[in-house]
Amino acid sequence: MPKITMNINGRDMSAEVENRTLLATMLREKLHLKGTHVGCDTSQCGACVVHVNGKAVKSCTIFASELDGATVDTIEGQANTDGSLNVIQQAFQDHHGLQCGFCTPGMVMSAAALLKDNPKPSEAEVREYLEGNICRCTGYQGIVNAIMAASGQDVPSVAAE
Amino acid sequence: MPDGGIGAPTKRREDTRFLTGRGKYTDDITPQNTSYCAFARSQVANGKINSIDTSQATKMPGVLAAFTGEDFVEVGSNPAGWLINSRDGEPMKEPKRPVLAHGKVRHVGDAYAAVVAETLEQAMDAVEAIEADIDELDAVVDMASAVADPGTLVHDEIETNICFDWGWIEDNRAATDEAIKNAPHVTTLELVNNRLVPNALEPRASIGEYDPGTGDYKLTTTSQNPHLSRLLVSAFVLGIPENKLTVLAPDVGGGFGSKIYHYGEEALVLAAAKKLGRPVKWTATRTESFLSDAHGRDHVTKIELACEKDGSFIAFRTETLANVGAYLSNFSTATPTFLHGTLMAGNYTVPNVYVNVKAVFTNTAPVDAYRGAGRPEATFSLERVIDKCARELGIDPVEIRRKNFIKKDQYPFATAAGLEYDSGDYDALMDGLEKVADFAGFEARRAASAKEGKLRGLGINSYVEACGIAPSNLVGILGARVGLYDAATVRVNPTGNISVMVGAHSHGQGHETAFPQIVADMLGVDAQTVDIVHGDTSKIPFGMGTYGSRSLAVCGSAVFRATEKVIRKATLIAAHMLEDSPENIEFSDGVFAIKGTNKTVGFGDVALKAYIPHDYPIDAIEPGLEETAFYDPANFTYPSGAYASEVEVDPETGKVTVCSMVALDDFGVVVNPMIVTGQVEGGLAQGIGQALLENGVYDENGQLLSGSFMDYAMPRADDLPSFVVDHSNETRCTHNPIGSKGCGEAGAIGSPPTIVNAVVDALARGGHDVDHIDMPVSPSRVWAAMNP
Amino acid sequence: MYDFDLVLPASVAEAAAAMKADGAQALGGGQTLLPTMKQRLASPEVLVNLSGLSELVGVSSASGTLSVGGATTHAQVASEASDFPGLADLANHIGDPAVRNRGTIGGSLANNDPAACYPAGALGAGATIVTDKREISADDFFVDLFETALEEGEIVTGVNFPIPDVSNYQKFVQPASRFALVGVFVARFGSTVRVAVTGASNGGVFRWSDAEAALSKDFSADAVNGLAIAADDLIADLHGSAEYRAHLIGVLTRRAVQAAS
Repeated sequence: MPKITMNINGRDMSAEVENRTLLATMLREKLHLKGTHVGCDTSQCGACVVHVNGKAVKSCTIFASELDGATVDTIEGQANTDGSLNVIQQAFQDHHGLQCGFCTPGMVMSAAALLKDNPKPSEAEVREYLEGNICRCTGYQGIVNAIMAASGQDVPSVAAE
Repeated sequence: MPDGGIGAPTKRREDTRFLTGRGKYTDDITPQNTSYCAFARSQVANGKINSIDTSQATKMPGVLAAFTGEDFVEVGSNPAGWLINSRDGEPMKEPKRPVLAHGKVRHVGDAYAAVVAETLEQAMDAVEAIEADIDELDAVVDMASAVADPGTLVHDEIETNICFDWGWIEDNRAATDEAIKNAPHVTTLELVNNRLVPNALEPRASIGEYDPGTGDYKLTTTSQNPHLSRLLVSAFVLGIPENKLTVLAPDVGGGFGSKIYHYGEEALVLAAAKKLGRPVKWTATRTESFLSDAHGRDHVTKIELACEKDGSFIAFRTETLANVGAYLSNFSTATPTFLHGTLMAGNYTVPNVYVNVKAVFTNTAPVDAYRGAGRPEATFSLERVIDKCARELGIDPVEIRRKNFIKKDQYPFATAAGLEYDSGDYDALMDGLEKVADFAGFEARRAASAKEGKLRGLGINSYVEACGIAPSNLVGILGARVGLYDAATVRVNPTGNISVMVGAHSHGQGHETAFPQIVADMLGVDAQTVDIVHGDTSKIPFGMGTYGSRSLAVCGSAVFRATEKVIRKATLIAAHMLEDSPENIEFSDGVFAIKGTNKTVGFGDVALKAYIPHDYPIDAIEPGLEETAFYDPANFTYPSGAYASEVEVDPETGKVTVCSMVALDDFGVVVNPMIVTGQVEGGLAQGIGQALLENGVYDENGQLLSGSFMDYAMPRADDLPSFVVDHSNETRCTHNPIGSKGCGEAGAIGSPPTIVNAVVDALARGGHDVDHIDMPVSPSRVWAAMNP
Repeated sequence: MYDFDLVLPASVAEAAAAMKADGAQALGGGQTLLPTMKQRLASPEVLVNLSGLSELVGVSSASGTLSVGGATTHAQVASEASDFPGLADLANHIGDPAVRNRGTIGGSLANNDPAACYPAGALGAGATIVTDKREISADDFFVDLFETALEEGEIVTGVNFPIPDVSNYQKFVQPASRFALVGVFVARFGSTVRVAVTGASNGGVFRWSDAEAALSKDFSADAVNGLAIAADDLIADLHGSAEYRAHLIGVLTRRAVQAAS
């Protein structure tokens, strides 16, 4: 089995994988980064979204063995260096952007990718960008509000300090 | 009220782990030496099993064991939790539901064999090497033909495809028939309540473990109610003594009903773990979830509304075929009956109601409770026929509802469908809706849409539902085989922080944040010092879990009662410390005081004293400060609401765009308004999904056509508008201590008829003579209705 | 998923050599192939990964032709094909952002999904599909459902699009897959108009010649009025009847003409 090395959340990590091992499987089963979730088998739910070389991709639809030397960012690497929630994560908490938490890692990673390209998206742009991320709990309202808030735009506050 | 008490929009503490990738879901757990399980599932909807040969599969690399239905003929069956009697008094037909199919396979996806191997891929490879000789038989798919032409049977041994033929209330039948016969106006509507696939985003998963040294079993599983799962596995399926089985439901990625039930895969991994002496893990693929999770809804209904010419309701009568699928899932018989027929009076003073439901076996996945469970079906039938009636009579849809509303001074109100509503104020909700949804401005918005070539419509809806299930004595009379209380233990630790063990399970509802708000409010402590323990039968008292919007109303009430007990005992200790009698002690904001004096002792000091009883009247007060309460509600709770939606229909394509969705709900007392808003918003999305997008469709051979996210459409962010949610119209629940009613399902109950009413309104205003379109109201269906 | 041998070629020549192996299949972005393999509905013995080949990546435009490398992602086309805005817009609405970051034009065309967007763009623009062996005109490339003129082992290395004067793609989404329930690409080159329809036909993407003729005479939405397309060979499924699809083709064609720029 080939040994694949990636820089994941700023650290070089290696694992021996089969050719058929998906990036999501390598992260979860070989590297114990369980924050990346798998919710479907047709590349649609988006719970598995991570960044590869700076771009959002569905880690359930890419082979780990294609990615030797790649830079990968996952939900586990998103918090601030002191461990506190980053701006997007904090906005998700402040605006009740999650319930069961299963889609959340993919949502946060998609939100991060959106705001990198489009720092002040309109609500319509946020909703359209999330086309590849399914949430079954929130009705998306809290998620959309969180992303708008994370981009510094005014949305009604729902949580107490 | 301390910060973070009842009514505070406290941020959720559980979010921290979910937002940083530290949640722990079943599939995230891999015990040492875990082996992996994969299932062989039927490709045909109905088939006779001639033989299943696993000999080649067991020789495959890494394979540890293979199982077939033969291995489980000696064990029990997964039971229905509710006995329904037919109109003639006969008990329902209750065919056996084995761990693995035996003799016959009865739906596509019915598991007939399983393989356990060192790796998941090896198990999946070996499943393909199983030789199954199965003769395909004609499939029973369409309910009407299953009833009319029982030539093909789902279960040969029961000689019919009808599980039961239920009348509610049978004694009211003749009077209702007579009233309809003599009524000045009768509106009739035939409709379909579409089959839905719950699709919690986390697929089901289970891990079985067995310790040969102690004989202890452990099942880690995606469950909404670990104690109920334990009871079913222990008492009905495998016969494992309850004290030898721990069921752990860790973080669970959504349920919506589909994870209430015990499934055969759970029993399989336990039996396999015992046989192999190793942990055995199974995680569903999404395809497996589609084929084997319990689906929801799937009713075909004819409803008749009889009224005076002025719109005063005289009678409602329904005939429904309710699909139960191939086997009875645990709540499947309660859902179309007591969670449906009992709500058929709606928000109205109508004097006559009669409901007939025939439950039908078909060669499809089992159908059971899904978010709302019976109440969405009742509300949809009723609120659609009322809209049609209003249109026929030329009465405003708001007015016809108001004319028949139960008024706020009529509570408690005994409905013609057999329930006693304790509180509500439907007129106030409608008053609020008219303002918040800006009915006055609709005409201008309609004109603006028309300029863009779009047909705009306004739909409204009223609902009342029954949740907080349920009073055990009542449901026992109605056929429930379990009690429906819940339980909580409040443990004040020596240093004053508090652990609360609860029977409810949180899989998105935020119990870890909301339950501490109750305790903190009552004890006058910081909510952050209160922690919730849930999901582990070895740690929590025997509670019935989370479904039917019951967690706060039932388990929250148990938390309340247990906290009251803690206060009572702490008062005795405080009296001892303050050297006065307990009657003279009062407690507020975390401080015990002798009434009328400044002699006080704090809650923390009392807690410490309870655990260091050096100078303690041991014969009068036991050490420790820990109390358990089981709470069994006196009645259902009755949340209600008034909803409005505006839609635009593109007349060229039939596409419906939801422009607004306004939900005004009465949930009684709200503990955490942020969480409640989120629950409503999620329910609205699922309800709009049912109305416009979602459809579980089988072809005539019983193949599931919408069996993946490629064909089963769920709402995405860009399918939905920003919601307006308001739950400020509180009328207290009169019979539970918190005064809360329950909010988890409301959005999914109130929104489907709102949307369909709006679409029909848009078409009517556009000059189209369309009185109904079945859900999902897809572009193709709207276009077909506009172009008959 | 069945296991396979993975080849990571350093050049198109190496890729072409690897494709000679029995059971070899080219791997583009994998956004369709991987889900198919996960369901065990495809079992290639050798996958030849093209997505790492920089010589197959890029968008360039010269003398009225937009050239796109076969392994160029949808996202890159969306952001770089500004000389052909109809195509950029089409690419920007394929799948979702994460899919667009992986999926490639070569993979999409070689797969020829009957509901995919790119076949409509390529056929509608009259593109030329360039392979490691030859050039194939779009009119000859799309043979049937999931079937193209590509021979065993042939690799799509690029696509050359004649840039129309105006063009537009209208996609009416199937609400679950977000593929096209019906998609119509309209392109006008001087007085010649091409109309390609995806999502609708049991035979895959096709040109609507009646509309082309009418629009070539009069490039206006009204020119399409009264034209009907037979529903006989159109797809009927739970998302829409054949008649509905036939109707949508007309609606979307008119809208594409109106929106063409």
